[in-house]
Amino acid sequence: MSSGTVLPSDDPRGSASPPATGSEVLGAPEISRALTRIAHEVLERNKGAADVVLLGIPTRGLPLAHRLAERLVAVEDGLDPDRLVGSLDVTMYRDDLHRHPTRTIGETELPPGRPAGIDDAVVVLVDDVLYSGRTIRAALDALNDLGRPRAVQLAVLVDRGHRELPIRADYVGKNLPTSVAERVRVHLVEVDGVDQVRIEHGDGGDSRAEVAR
Amino acid sequence: MKHLLSAADLDRTSAIEVLDTAARMAATQGREIKKLPTLRGRTVVNLFFEDSTRTRISFETAAKRLSADVINFSAKGSSVSKGESLKDTALTLQAMGADAVVIRHQASGAPHRLAHAGWVGSSVVNAGDGTHQHPTQALLDAFTVRRHLVGTADEPDGVGKDLTGLRVAIVGDVLHSRVARSNVQLLHTLGARVTLVAPPTLVPVGVEAWPCDVSYHLDDVITDQQPDAIMMLRVQRERMGADGTGGTSFFPSPLEYTRTFGLDARRMALLPEHAVVMHPGPMNRGLEISADAADSPRAVIVEQVANGVAVRMAVLYLLLAKEREAVA
Repeated sequence: MSSGTVLPSDDPRGSASPPATGSEVLGAPEISRALTRIAHEVLERNKGAADVVLLGIPTRGLPLAHRLAERLVAVEDGLDPDRLVGSLDVTMYRDDLHRHPTRTIGETELPPGRPAGIDDAVVVLVDDVLYSGRTIRAALDALNDLGRPRAVQLAVLVDRGHRELPIRADYVGKNLPTSVAERVRVHLVEVDGVDQVRIEHGDGGDSRAEVAR
Repeated sequence: MKHLLSAADLDRTSAIEVLDTAARMAATQGREIKKLPTLRGRTVVNLFFEDSTRTRISFETAAKRLSADVINFSAKGSSVSKGESLKDTALTLQAMGADAVVIRHQASGAPHRLAHAGWVGSSVVNAGDGTHQHPTQALLDAFTVRRHLVGTADEPDGVGKDLTGLRVAIVGDVLHSRVARSNVQLLHTLGARVTLVAPPTLVPVGVEAWPCDVSYHLDDVITDQQPDAIMMLRVQRERMGADGTGGTSFFPSPLEYTRTFGLDARRMALLPEHAVVMHPGPMNRGLEISADAADSPRAVIVEQVANGVAVRMAVLYLLLAKEREAVA
């Protein structure tokens, strides 16, 4: 879920062909390289991936988690993809539900190959954009209800700054310095038909006060 | 959606939205920790003017699983028995700051009155009014049908799909049944074909205008239509003025009713293999449904109750988890 969008994640404008406004900051090759690097960093830091569970946050964190899993399986021998990827929907844990129209609830599914759930695993949360940190705050609460991981790490494709909570990412695809009036849009093949990250310039009507947090 | 008063309030898209949300809610209810923080700080009042066990408990469970505060109010033992009007009761609730009022009332239209009279600013959910509507029951029935007959291995809840092409028979006391009224509307909205089966005395006037077929012969409907789901309705003898012998002015004797309109082992055998047996409860065993049918593996009656919690969680989520609207 791109932080900073006023609209729910199933916004039809998000799934249509990407708008021509704004400028492209990452293309398909850059996204692919960033994910490959993150995959290696995950393996390095956790000395393998035996206990690692990648949980993608819908909508766009989920395909990113699947792509990371493909790379982990390709690099590391003996990894079972069924034990590696799941999705974690945070909608019901958000602190801004009473400020927005009803949000559609996504699916939460732990990796099917792990009957013990996430207990004692190293959970890597995967999202597209890190902004205020509030989505991740909600994700930590949601994890709490699912089990007790040994450690929780965070991987994001884009860190655009402007944190409102003491939260940081362990793995970052690209740091993008932005102003709060700008909007970062991540498009992925699985959801939008194309891989790119764009920065759109706010037109005044998208001021911070109205931005989803 | 501000209120849920009637199954007719829901179009196809919003009905599917409720069912899909209910599927997500149901998934959380298999966890060790079932409570979600979603409606923390919100207050839900259960306002029950008529006796109810499962609906009240179901709404109470749903609200509590979403962390809302629940206030239960039943007419017995309250100021209503001292003659307080619905309006004054409503104003009291408004003063206590209820975000949603779940109301069951013996008078058809009471929830509509509560929602639109301007007495309260909260959302109103109809939990059954007179012989009029019971929309959350229809939603949980549709959810149960969809899960059993539309769901696939990949998508066990049939998320995103409607009930196109399914045949549903609703059998029994249609006249007094708000469940039947709500189900006919909702199942039709979702694309299912509904046939009502009842003795002529228990078919309401004006049924020609409903989007369904009507038959007086249960055996014909079962053999000719091969329904995918059969829903048995409770014979509401408390609304029939029963005489001492067990018969009523609507049918001569319970035995005759059972022979003609009851679901028993013989009729179960005539149903298609995949057909599910439903009942909104409470059941009159031996009257509209035999023990063979009620306890058969194809009966999903207990599951309907479990799905009721998920569906009511979904309704409360969709009504309350958004920005507050100005008080009308």
